[in-house]
Amino acid sequence: MAGSTLHDGLTPLNEPSVQKSDDAHGYYTLGENIVDPVAPTGPIADRWTTRKFENRLVNPANRRKLDVIIVGTGLAGGAAAATLGEAGYNVKSFCYQDSPRRAHSIAAQGGINAAKNYKEDGDSTFRLFYDTVKGGDYRSRESNVYRLAEVSANIIDQCVAQGVPFARDYGGLLDNRSFGGVQVSRTFYARGQTGQQLLIGAYQAMERQVAAGTVQSFTRHEMLELIVVDDGTGPRARGIIARDMVSGEIETHLADVVVLATGGYGNVFFLSTNAMGSNVTAAWRAHRKGAYMANPCYTQIHPTCIPVSGEHQSKLTLMSESLRNDGRIWVPKKKEDCDKDPRDIPEEDRDYYLERIYPSFGNLVPRDIASRQAKNMCDEGRGVGPMVGDFRRGVYLDFADAIKRLGKDAIEEKYDNLLDMYERITGENPYEVPMRIYPAVHYVMGGLWVDYHLQSNVPGLFVSGEANFSDHGANRLGASALMQGLADGYFVLPNTIREYLADGPFEKIDESHPAVVEAKQNVEDRVAKFLSINGTRSADSYHKELGNIMWEYCGMERTEEGLRKAIDLIRELKADFWSNLKVLGSADTLNQSLEKAGRVADFIELGELMCIDALNRRESCGGHFRGESQTEDGEALRHDDEFAYVAAWEWGGDSLEGGQPVLHKEDLIYTAIEMKQRSYK
Amino acid sequence: MNLTLKIWRQSGPDDKGGIHTYQVSGISQDMSFLEMLDVLNEQLNEKGEEPVAFDSDCREGICGMCSLMINGEAHGPEVTTTCQLHMRSFNDGDTITIEPWRAEPFPVIKDLVVDRSAFDRIIQSGGFVSANTGSAPEANSVPAPRDKAMRAFNVATCIGCGACVAACPNGSASLFVGAKITHLGELPQGQPERWTRVVDMVGQHDHEGFGGCTNIGECAAACPKEIPLDVISQLNKDLRTALANGH
Ligand SMILES: Cc1cc2nc3c(=O)[nH]c(=O)nc-3n(C[C@H](O)[C@H](O)[C@H](O)COP(=O)(O)OP(=O)(O)OC[C@H]3O[C@@H](n4cnc5c(N)ncnc54)[C@H](O)[C@@H]3O)c2cc1C
Ligand code: SF4
Ligand code: FES
Repeated sequence: MAGSTLHDGLTPLNEPSVQKSDDAHGYYTLGENIVDPVAPTGPIADRWTTRKFENRLVNPANRRKLDVIIVGTGLAGGAAAATLGEAGYNVKSFCYQDSPRRAHSIAAQGGINAAKNYKEDGDSTFRLFYDTVKGGDYRSRESNVYRLAEVSANIIDQCVAQGVPFARDYGGLLDNRSFGGVQVSRTFYARGQTGQQLLIGAYQAMERQVAAGTVQSFTRHEMLELIVVDDGTGPRARGIIARDMVSGEIETHLADVVVLATGGYGNVFFLSTNAMGSNVTAAWRAHRKGAYMANPCYTQIHPTCIPVSGEHQSKLTLMSESLRNDGRIWVPKKKEDCDKDPRDIPEEDRDYYLERIYPSFGNLVPRDIASRQAKNMCDEGRGVGPMVGDFRRGVYLDFADAIKRLGKDAIEEKYDNLLDMYERITGENPYEVPMRIYPAVHYVMGGLWVDYHLQSNVPGLFVSGEANFSDHGANRLGASALMQGLADGYFVLPNTIREYLADGPFEKIDESHPAVVEAKQNVEDRVAKFLSINGTRSADSYHKELGNIMWEYCGMERTEEGLRKAIDLIRELKADFWSNLKVLGSADTLNQSLEKAGRVADFIELGELMCIDALNRRESCGGHFRGESQTEDGEALRHDDEFAYVAAWEWGGDSLEGGQPVLHKEDLIYTAIEMKQRSYK
Repeated sequence: MNLTLKIWRQSGPDDKGGIHTYQVSGISQDMSFLEMLDVLNEQLNEKGEEPVAFDSDCREGICGMCSLMINGEAHGPEVTTTCQLHMRSFNDGDTITIEPWRAEPFPVIKDLVVDRSAFDRIIQSGGFVSANTGSAPEANSVPAPRDKAMRAFNVATCIGCGACVAACPNGSASLFVGAKITHLGELPQGQPERWTRVVDMVGQHDHEGFGGCTNIGECAAACPKEIPLDVISQLNKDLRTALANGH
């Protein structure tokens, strides 16, 4: 096909792939190939403008009659609620925290990308697009990524208008920095708290709509089921079942359309940099109702986090990537030095391994590479810090040279809040002793499959932000998740959802509709089940065990043998969970153990699918490294001839009852960028 | 470490509640305060006693979800959030008293969990800039003086945790409101609504039942984000100007 022209006159630059290996044989069923039914055509730079024009409008008088449910109040959900509220739709917004302002987006530190080219350093929409596709190891859709780069500049305008206090230079104009190894300065930031400031902007805009009466905010509400109704025109998402976490009441909320903006599922690993409550439940319930889950195995492991200190650790803390600009990463050359005071280890006995292996990029190699090399050093027995299990899991990030070169004050000014946080958590002073860092799960590129309109394969179910399989391919660049969340929420979704809503309002349904009754009954039964198993183990203990399995076998390096083992272990764990779980308290009050049980049940099923997806994908790409697919010197090896596709998985029933997920492939065809192997040597 | 914990237990909003005493052992210095409570909860679960309910989410000091009066101090003895407080701030054998935020506008939901939705309603009353999506001018078309932008940022770091209210003998939320007034008041984008904002937000604050400020300063001392007391002077000044101009 490469060389010939597509129907829109563009020339495809690659052939569709043909998979030869079949590692996951026996674990899945192969379904039909799929395509994005609303994929745009024409020159890449015109696609979004044309589409915005083509999508139908909804008459302002009709908007009031259209009910929109938005689950999630992070950047993706909060921005969408505010914007659709302003447009006059009738919005119901849900979050599990006590206030929309606490969504996990609040924790983002480093910044947000936008192709403003304020520095005249050669940045452009096309360059941001190119960097994002390349950074994602050519596993994303080019139309989506181009649109993301295109709207990025509007995001900054919108946020500034809301009063987001970005960093500014002495002339009062916006400042940028370069981030994550890219060569242009396109990252806007608010000290180390960019996510917080962006989210507060979206939150305030949304609360303004609450006051205006267009948005109703349901806090401390957890979505536990998606309602899908066939009104004669085919199945459509028409509402959700949510539990009021204070009263315990199981509520039905109906609407014309449902948006999930429920964030990522990194907590499937138990330990991650995500907030404690981050979960997959909303997405997983939708998956079980027919929505495809795409590329679930693509996870991002961030190289610079504070290492695990002991058994009782509940979460991991990120130390912004920017530290790698000045810190040097090393481990001792000799194993016997690993428990020495690092200051007593002479220069010639230190291995600055990133500088050694990647002389041109050094400490600034992409996240996946930095992470995997840290793991390799520790696996070789050269890790530092306390023993956790049989291993020392840590490497040094050393500021001694930078302090010598730039002075302590300069380092303090740049990184003070981070270094303080480090000291608070570890009790060690990083100005005197090298910091210890280790990779941790941070972000997921996988998520619910969506088309160019952000609609899933279930009509009326839209998915935005980290919850969808996103624009990042197999690996996300730093400062691009905030960009995507706000792009989806402020600019993309409001312009695509109207094409769907132009056919509404849909036939009124009420709570007595059989599909609604059934959805509610399922939730009530499940809650009753958790409370009645009456076994011996807490939900938390299952979560930890699942996390260990995932980290060991589906973490930074995955192998055929390990993944098979993981699938067996997860199935055993699942059987045990449903027969030996212990949840105390009752259903009709605040019950955090009950909430946890539901989330862990879904994580277990997700974990199994992630392992199957990873097993099938016998190639290394982005955050997914398969031991069987590497070059002679241990670098990731992609197989575009076999795997240049999106793996969209359909729920095929419970594996304990013989069910198997169904794999649908969506080919990735590029017309604007040619695929290349990444090299950072 | 071995500790004695005296914890407020209350089964629901209408229950009277009271202090219960628990022993916990096997606590390490490196644990955070909330991880220590996780250990207690795991032990309670094993014994068949219902775990203690408390709020937390990010556990890195930024979301504002965690709370707790620890030995009578909001967020405990250090200038940080409860989730970032570590057990090395305590000694083996200590007795620690743990209670929820106490303030009329923050009713207890269960055990250590309170309802802070009053803060959302204060923001709804005016804590925003009215700028519909899509209506924004080019970001650099309106420069903002760097020192003002920095002050705006510094006070915009408020996490909405409510410690200021819990620490204040009057139960005032003036530090929280002052932080928002100052954040938006320092920026050019916040000017058009500056005077109505302050009147409306203070009105909602009083309506929710928060007390008046009598300049005690406990709020700023308890604030994990070190929001300075001078935001309250700014609040009062803006309010006077607004009222004098008939807003
Ligand atoms: C420590 C850290 C630092 C980061 N730094 C950066 C950075 O510098 N730059 C960058 O670009 N990205 C960064 N990221 C990634 C980025 O923050 C996230 O990907 C992004 O914020 C996700 O936004 P979201 O709106 O999709 O979801 P979230 O912000 O996670 O919001 C999810 C929402 O869904 C709700 N929800 C979830 N499940 C349910 C349910 N079942 N029922 C009801 N409500 C539910 C939650 O209450 C919440 O409101 C960072 C991530 C972490 C963890
Ligand atoms: S002012 Fe300080 S104490 Fe009060 S809510 Fe904000 S961060 Fe918390
Ligand atoms: S849990 Fe988020 S600030 Fe403490």
